Amino acid sequence: MSAVRLPVKLGLGLLAAILIAVPATNVPAYYVAFLYLVFFWIAMATSWNILSGFAGYWSFGHAAFFGTGVYTSATLATKFGVPFLLTLPIAALLAAALGAAVGFVVFRIQRLRGELFALMTISVTFVVATIISNTPIDGGSGVYLISVALPEIFGSQNATIYLLGLFMAAAALALAYWVYHSRMGRGLFAIHDDEDVAEVKGVPTFRYKLAAFALSSGIAGAVGGVYSIYVSYVTVGETFEITVIMYPVVMSIFGGSRHWLGPALGAVIVTIALYGFAAGPQAILVRGGVAFGLIVIVLLLPTGVMPSLQRCWARLFPSLAPGRALPEPRAAEPRVPHAASVTALAPLLECRDVWKGFGGVQALKGVTLDVRQGEILGLVGPNGSGKSTLINVITGHFKLDDGAVVFDGTPIGALPAHRIAQLGIARSYQIPRPFNHLTVLDNVALAAVFGGGSSEAAARREASYWLGYTGLGGRAFHLPEQINLHERKFLELARALAARPRILLLDEVLSGLNNTEIDEAMKLILDIRARGTTIIFVEHLMRAVNKLSDRVAVLNGGALIALGTPDETMNDQEVVKVYLGKAHAV
Amino acid sequence: MPSLSLIEQSVITGLLTGGLYGLLALGLSMSWGLLRLVNLGHFAIALLGAYLTWFMGTQLGIPPWWAGLIIVAAFFIYGIALHWVFMRFAVTEMASMLITFALAVIIEATLQFIWTADFRRYETAWGSQSWVVGSLYFPKLNLIAFLVAALLAGGTWAWLRYTYVGRAMRACAEDAPIATAFGINHRRLSFMFSGLCAAYAGVAGVFIALVATLAPSQIWAWVGVVFAVVIIGRLGNPIGALAGGILIGVCEALTMAVVNPSWASLVSFSVLIALLLFRPRWV
Repeated sequence: MSAVRLPVKLGLGLLAAILIAVPATNVPAYYVAFLYLVFFWIAMATSWNILSGFAGYWSFGHAAFFGTGVYTSATLATKFGVPFLLTLPIAALLAAALGAAVGFVVFRIQRLRGELFALMTISVTFVVATIISNTPIDGGSGVYLISVALPEIFGSQNATIYLLGLFMAAAALALAYWVYHSRMGRGLFAIHDDEDVAEVKGVPTFRYKLAAFALSSGIAGAVGGVYSIYVSYVTVGETFEITVIMYPVVMSIFGGSRHWLGPALGAVIVTIALYGFAAGPQAILVRGGVAFGLIVIVLLLPTGVMPSLQRCWARLFPSLAPGRALPEPRAAEPRVPHAASVTALAPLLECRDVWKGFGGVQALKGVTLDVRQGEILGLVGPNGSGKSTLINVITGHFKLDDGAVVFDGTPIGALPAHRIAQLGIARSYQIPRPFNHLTVLDNVALAAVFGGGSSEAAARREASYWLGYTGLGGRAFHLPEQINLHERKFLELARALAARPRILLLDEVLSGLNNTEIDEAMKLILDIRARGTTIIFVEHLMRAVNKLSDRVAVLNGGALIALGTPDETMNDQEVVKVYLGKAHAV
Repeated sequence: MPSLSLIEQSVITGLLTGGLYGLLALGLSMSWGLLRLVNLGHFAIALLGAYLTWFMGTQLGIPPWWAGLIIVAAFFIYGIALHWVFMRFAVTEMASMLITFALAVIIEATLQFIWTADFRRYETAWGSQSWVVGSLYFPKLNLIAFLVAALLAGGTWAWLRYTYVGRAMRACAEDAPIATAFGINHRRLSFMFSGLCAAYAGVAGVFIALVATLAPSQIWAWVGVVFAVVIIGRLGNPIGALAGGILIGVCEALTMAVVNPSWASLVSFSVLIALLLFRPRWV
């Protein structure tokens, strides 16, 4: 890798040097202004994409944060005499704070988060515009920045503005690149695919969304600050224009919103295509035309041009393409030492009088249950008896109404799901819920990073190990939709194991498998326990329950009706009655 | 402190404006709640309907009731066509927002291109007539708009609750594959429903033309207000949409009377934020 990095670095350095030198040469002002415009839209689209593209929360309110920046810089520079360059970080901070506040309100909502967020951001745009035009900040007459002083680089203010624009674009790209390759980027892409699963796998979804939104808004704010001196006369009408909302969306989606560079690519193409039509009565038609383009792109090219460009790139320069070799497998240290002698008596997990209701339905009515270190606890009961609810309560997906869940001495009932995952509780889903846009390998690596606390580099090698362990080694670079149900079930298992759980909750892993596959899976489960992991095992297949479980817990109608060895529980009168009907009870 | 009669008149004005908000919210709430499509274009076609009513009335001499019939029929077809596109391309909930947002921009640009950004007013003989009760004024047209809104909301509610088709519609919203397994033709129903929602926008448009001043940018002013109304009234609940509209309308009118007219547009947003902060499960 390092051998190919050098020419890329040199190329980037050369490009930067040329772009910085542009205003010092006698390139016509026309082209300098055009380049500034390109930088402006690169920064706007790239910043929009950090939350909206990566995490899939579409904001229709980038103008609100941009406008906050515009008016912060304009007001501070004209009314308070703050040196202009100093107003830019303040503009960024205020815009970021506004974004964080909006995020704080919307991101907590459980249902319709995406739609609410989108609509809320539109509203915020008009609220900010109303406030600014109704107060002395603007007062309806606009703000002039003609007299604001700016340090002169290369002997002119225009050159300084150009360089500020260049800096904003470069900074936006650098931040997007950094987020894209960071833990947070990994988490944001998981949120995009399935936010609830991401949280249960250990991704701090609320914090990441908030951080990404604040960052995105902050960049827009700084860009707005620079824009205020570029236009030198700011009005509410132009600052909060619908194009400021729409263009970053169009550019990002057209370029490819799943890549850090996609929005910049889209910004360059769209800006070039539009330049020359920007003013006059045609502006209305252009706006309509861009909107029409947006519809066409969403319908026909939803992934943007970036993916096909990447394929071309890989074909032209095979040596530069990312490797497709499975990373060297490595097993991570388990969280618990190998426990050859299982079923120590100490409880690892305790549910104490756990209650959970949904509206009128009481799903759990005071369940008290302990899970001992190293055991396999079978959890059975008719459909609707509360098994899945109990799992969802233990993993923190549902907040319990009353009672307590204690894990290794720590009460976890009030913790957010991602904290519980990080403590060492992992689950698999009965109907596999993989992250659909991530490869099988990345699906597992994500769990290793967030649930298991591995570093990015180690996570891929651990994921590779667990794929080998569950027999998915050959599927590492497939997308989940390309593998069959049986394989997806094992992907669920690999994903749960990669988190190196102390307790593993398996939700009907055997359903839908044939007899040979069931035998295989049962062997795997015994082996996982032999490595020291405690297992709670929800299953309808009694053959497996009897063979695997040390103890069996039976739920019925939200209450625990029996708990003991398989023999004891299967002969329990109450259990027989529930399963076979009254007539069979002796 | 404003006088008591001013407050009373504000409540009446707000109530009637709220009816209009409810009328606008009705179609949006239905398509969001029952079709899982967030139609940002709803406001735009309502305004398009208003412009068409104004155009037919002032340029072609077609009275608003005939214009209304034409518009409602045309919008019904538009709603079906839009839904066909959504079905054909398997558009997701989030992508539907992008597409309808773009539609709104296109319609705004078209309105501005044809009829410019100037304000338009549809002057009619009965436009300024009011019923007077004591010291309070009830503008006739606003009252009619309110009654139509109430009628449509109540009718839709009864339709969803008591007819086979309405219940089938709700079943599909709950779980489309299961409903299909029970023999409900989800596709045909959803086409009809989408057409109906667009037709509601047409009805709203006619009344907007009659009682309000038109400008293309109004589309965006409504988004925040009506969206708040839809959330407050709960998705897919026609009576809720009307009640939410009335609540916001009255709050806005009181703000205008007591505080300052220019702050009225922040009322709906504040109510919504308060709702989301303190009752996040309401959604």
